[in-house]
Amino acid sequence: MTTEMQLRTMAADPSRVDLKIIAGFVTPGARVLDIGCGDGALLMQLSEEKNVDARGIELSQKGVNEAVASGLSVIQGDADSDLATYPDKAFDFAILSQTIQATHNPRIVLEELLRIGEKAIVSFPNFGHWRIRTQFLLAGRMPVNKNLPYSWYDTPNIHFFTIRDFIELVDEVGATIEDSIALHGRGRKIAPTVSRQIWNLFGEQAVFVLSRPNSSKS
Amino acid sequence: MTVAQTDNDTNGERIGAAAHAEVEHPSSAVVRFGADRPLDLDSGGKLSPVQIAYQTYGTLNAARSNAILVCHALTGDQHVANEHPVTGKPGWWSLMIGPGRPIDTDLYFVICSNVLGGCMGSTGPASINPQTGKPYALDLPVITVRDMVRAQAMLLDHLGIETLFAATGGSMGGMQVLQWAASFPDRLFAAIPIATGSRHSSQNIAFHEVGRQAILADPDWCGGSYLEAGKNPHKGLAVARMAAHITYMSDEALHRKFGRSLQDRDALTFGFDADFQIESYLRHQGMTFVDRFDANAYLYMTRAMDYFDLALDYDGQLAKAFAGCHTRFCCVSFTSDWLFPTAENRTIVHALNAAGANVSFVEVETDRGHDAFLLDEPELFTTVTGFLKAAARIRGLS
Repeated sequence: MTTEMQLRTMAADPSRVDLKIIAGFVTPGARVLDIGCGDGALLMQLSEEKNVDARGIELSQKGVNEAVASGLSVIQGDADSDLATYPDKAFDFAILSQTIQATHNPRIVLEELLRIGEKAIVSFPNFGHWRIRTQFLLAGRMPVNKNLPYSWYDTPNIHFFTIRDFIELVDEVGATIEDSIALHGRGRKIAPTVSRQIWNLFGEQAVFVLSRPNSSKS
Repeated sequence: MTVAQTDNDTNGERIGAAAHAEVEHPSSAVVRFGADRPLDLDSGGKLSPVQIAYQTYGTLNAARSNAILVCHALTGDQHVANEHPVTGKPGWWSLMIGPGRPIDTDLYFVICSNVLGGCMGSTGPASINPQTGKPYALDLPVITVRDMVRAQAMLLDHLGIETLFAATGGSMGGMQVLQWAASFPDRLFAAIPIATGSRHSSQNIAFHEVGRQAILADPDWCGGSYLEAGKNPHKGLAVARMAAHITYMSDEALHRKFGRSLQDRDALTFGFDADFQIESYLRHQGMTFVDRFDANAYLYMTRAMDYFDLALDYDGQLAKAFAGCHTRFCCVSFTSDWLFPTAENRTIVHALNAAGANVSFVEVETDRGHDAFLLDEPELFTTVTGFLKAAARIRGLS
C-alpha cells in the first residue's frame, strides 16, 4: 500500500524521472546501494521489480525511519562520511541520485562510489541548461527552477556544475562512461547521437553510468 | 515523616526478603545444568552447577523458528513483560512486548532469562556455593558478557531452539546481542542492538568504578560476605545507583522534569536535606533499588560491561567479529544518550558495513537520554515493528 503510493508519487513527479532511468540500468538480483535514498522509493521499486539486494543511506531521520519501517535496510548517514566503511566492490551498483551537488567533496564521493560499486550511477541537475544560462545572463540572479528550487541562501546544493564539468571530472578520476542519458524538461530523452555540447544546453538533468577498476586507484 | 520512614523501611525489608528469596527459588521457570554440563568461563574456569531463570511469552511454532531472545540491561531481569514478582511493577519492556506490540507475542515466542551473575534466579554471587553451603559472594568467578551469552545458548539448547529469529536488548542487553552475532552467527537470523556499544568507554568504566567504590566503602559490605553477616550494604548500593541513574538521563530531560524546583518546601533550608526535587528523586531511585538488587551482583554486572570489548577477540578489528555473518541488523541510538552516544552505535554500523552485513541504523530524536530505550518512544516502536515484519517475511514466518 505504502509502496504503491510511493511509486505513484515517484511516477507523478516528472523531475524525478531520473529514478525510472536509473532503475532501467540496474540488473536483476544485483547488490545495490542507494546513497541519499530518501524514503526508499527507488529501493522499494528495485526490490519488488528486480529482486535486488537493496541497501540505502539517507541523511534525514524521517526518511530513514520510513524506509526501515517499510522493511528496507537503510542506515542514517551521508555520502561524505559513510562510504569509506564499505569494502571495495561491495555493490554491483552504487547509486547517487540528485545528491552529488549537495556533498562537501564531490570528487571524493565519486571516487568512493567507483571504489565500492562495480558501477556507479549518478544523476544530477545540469546547471548549463539554456534556461538557467539565460536566467543568469538576463536577470543577473541565481537561477531558481523546478530542478533547483532553492534560493541561494537556503539551498542544500553547494556545488553547481554542468554536464561538461561532470564529464571532465569523470576523465580526471579515470572512470569510464558506460552509459549516459540527458533529459529535457518533462523527462524526454535527448537523442544520444547529438553532441555533448547540445546535451549541456538542452539537458535539464543527466544520468551517467560509470565504472573504474580498483587497481587504477592509487 | 518518621512514621512514613518506618513504613518505608518495613516495606523495604519485606521487598528485600522477597528479592532474596528469588535468588534460589525464583518466580520463573528454571533450568539447572549439573556437573555434566559445566559452563566454560572467559576467566578460565568452569562453573557448575548453573541455574538459569527465565520467562517466556507467546507460543513457539512447530518449526521452532519464531523465538526472540530479549537480553536485559544492567539492573533489569527476566520479568520483561509481566508484573514484577518483587516490586509489583509492570515488566520493564511491557511497552515493547505483548500482544499487538512491536515484539508481538501473538506472532513470536519471546524468551528472557536472568543473566548469569544476576540476582533473580540465575547463578550469581548471592547463589549458594554448593562447595561451602554459603553464598558465593566474591568466590564466584568474574562473569563476562560472553559468559552470559554462553549461558543463554545453553538455555536455548535446553528449549530445543536451534536458531533464534531475533535477539534484542538495550545497553548491556545490546552488548549481549552483538556477542550473539559474533559467537553464534548461524543461530541468529536478526539482531536489534539498541543504545549500546561494541566496548565500554573509558568514561563509562569510570562511572561504574565510582559505583563500585561506593559499595566497597560501605562497612556493611563486609568484604562481600554481607549475606552471611546478615547485613546489606544498602547505603553504598544506593549511592552507586544514584550515580548511575544520572548517566541514564540527559541534562535537558532533568531540566524539563525537575529544573531547580524545591521538594515539598518553599525556601532553601540552608542544610543538607533534599531541598531540590532532583535530590529527592535520586534518593528515591537509590532506596527502591537496594530493596530488589544484590550489591555483589551489581559489582559483577558492572564488571562484565567494563570488560566488554568485542573487537579485542578479533585482532582489534570489530568488522572481523561480524565476518561472514548473515544476520540482519537493525541498530538504534538516541540523540540525547551520552552513555552510549550515537557515535558508539555508529561504530558498530560501520563495522557491519565493512563486514558486508545487512544493516539498518536509526537514530531516534529524543531528550530522554539513555533510558529512552525503555520508554514510550514511537519512532523506536515503528522501527522495531517494521524491521521485524520485513525480517519475518524473509524468514517465511508471515
